[in-house]
Amino acid sequence: MNVIEIENLSFAYEKQTILENINLQIQEHDFLAIIGPNGGGKSTLLKLILGINDYKQGSIKVLGKKPKQSLTHIGYVPQNTNVNTDFPIKVIEVVMMGHVDGKRPLFGYGKDEIACAMGALGQVGMADFAQTKIGSLSGGQRQRVMIARALCAHPRILILDEPTSSIDITGQREIYELLKVLNEHITIIVVSHDISVILEYANKAAHINKTLSYHDISDKHSTFHTHGNDEHFCEIELLQMLGAENCDTCTSIGSVTNIVPEPVEGKWRLKP
Amino acid sequence: MIEALQFDFMQNALLAGILVSFAAGIIGSLIVVNRMVFLAGGIAHTSYGGIGLAVYFGLPIFLGASLFAVGAALLIAALTLKKRHRMDTFIGLIWAVGMAIGVIFVDLTPGYNVDLMSYLFGSILAVSTEDLYFMAVLLAVILAVVTLCYRDILAVSYDSEYAGLRGVNVRFFYTLILILSALTVVIAIKVVGLILVIAMLTIPVYIAEKLSASLFTMMFLSGAIATLFTLVGLWMSYTYDLTSGASIIMVSALSLGLFLLFYRGR
Repeated sequence: MNVIEIENLSFAYEKQTILENINLQIQEHDFLAIIGPNGGGKSTLLKLILGINDYKQGSIKVLGKKPKQSLTHIGYVPQNTNVNTDFPIKVIEVVMMGHVDGKRPLFGYGKDEIACAMGALGQVGMADFAQTKIGSLSGGQRQRVMIARALCAHPRILILDEPTSSIDITGQREIYELLKVLNEHITIIVVSHDISVILEYANKAAHINKTLSYHDISDKHSTFHTHGNDEHFCEIELLQMLGAENCDTCTSIGSVTNIVPEPVEGKWRLKP
Repeated sequence: MIEALQFDFMQNALLAGILVSFAAGIIGSLIVVNRMVFLAGGIAHTSYGGIGLAVYFGLPIFLGASLFAVGAALLIAALTLKKRHRMDTFIGLIWAVGMAIGVIFVDLTPGYNVDLMSYLFGSILAVSTEDLYFMAVLLAVILAVVTLCYRDILAVSYDSEYAGLRGVNVRFFYTLILILSALTVVIAIKVVGLILVIAMLTIPVYIAEKLSASLFTMMFLSGAIATLFTLVGLWMSYTYDLTSGASIIMVSALSLGLFLLFYRGR
């Protein structure tokens, strides 16, 4: 089943075309990595899916409806969760922002809302920090809280914009491991720069640079021709492979090899 | 000081100080967490235009200043919601134009020599009973809004984009915060004057922010701290025969200095 269907979507700010003729089907329980250069249109596509920006050409269907009508089914984790850290707000209050409008008490929060928020915090392993001020958490912990906030509304799709951009390596791994677990029940879409990491977890990849090229990468070995488990590609190589035009994931790799920089000794290797 | 309390004007001054301090603490918290300090300063100065108009047309000063300040707040809200990155330019513009309008209308008023200084630096000893009613009603409205709409205001202040995605009317609450700020600024003009009001809206809030884990605590702690500063400032003003508004601000600033010196936490 397709949870998101995008057809012939184009988007422009004034005269500058950002996205051109995008077609994308995202299936239930996919883990989609959206990658591509800065300014390539990744965030714009997210904003279109979330209904923050309006599109004029093409169509987007989220669970069969227009984006703005499906907001309650989408959990969103925005970029830059390290801004505004002085703000006096407790972790539990941040998470409760995620509740969708429904019945609510005159003052404060309902018992069921608190229980639900604590549940979401438990899912991301942050239940012990419920009463902590958000500013005193580490970047990775704060990101978990933002994921809990998104989970609060029991979404069917979870969208994350650069979730690990300001987190150390261990923290990044932990976030992706968490997403992997959540992926058992929820479709996950991640925009990311940490390409080599995300591709380990994602089963689909979409490279966006005005146009979109789509890859099924669920079988990493056949896709990238690595020799063993320890081998990685450098990010430039991956980007070029995934962004290459007419790439059917295998045939164009040979020609791409000619233009990539010399791989770092030992670690990065591309099959000739 | 105790013997001074038998005078009506002194009782009024104390009451006004408490009412205004609480309003300033609560609204100041919202202004600080929303990064709208400069904006509040702009509205404070713009409201002098309302004072000038009120003098010229013979209206009550509070009414003129309130209407003008709310008008300025709405104008700023409309301009800045679309072009937030140009906010500083608009505020600077409205700031100066408002003051200019005030000065010109006072000039045009025949035979009336308004005491400009009392509006710039406050005249807490001249608070009337009607002023007190106005302050009390405004504080009641502010308390009602921040308790009933707490979660929406919190959501909009902390992360307005996300609040919008969750169905909170960001525009409405942003404008509401601005209008309440404008009205708070107007009552605070009576106590510390329109030039010094910005210190009253920020110094107690800054201290409270460091000590609070939630916006709610911060708002009420700010109110309490502001009240303390106002009362000590009034006492200094009475004892050493100093301008009350300036005394309150100096007490606040010195306390902030001491606080920062001894506060070693996060």
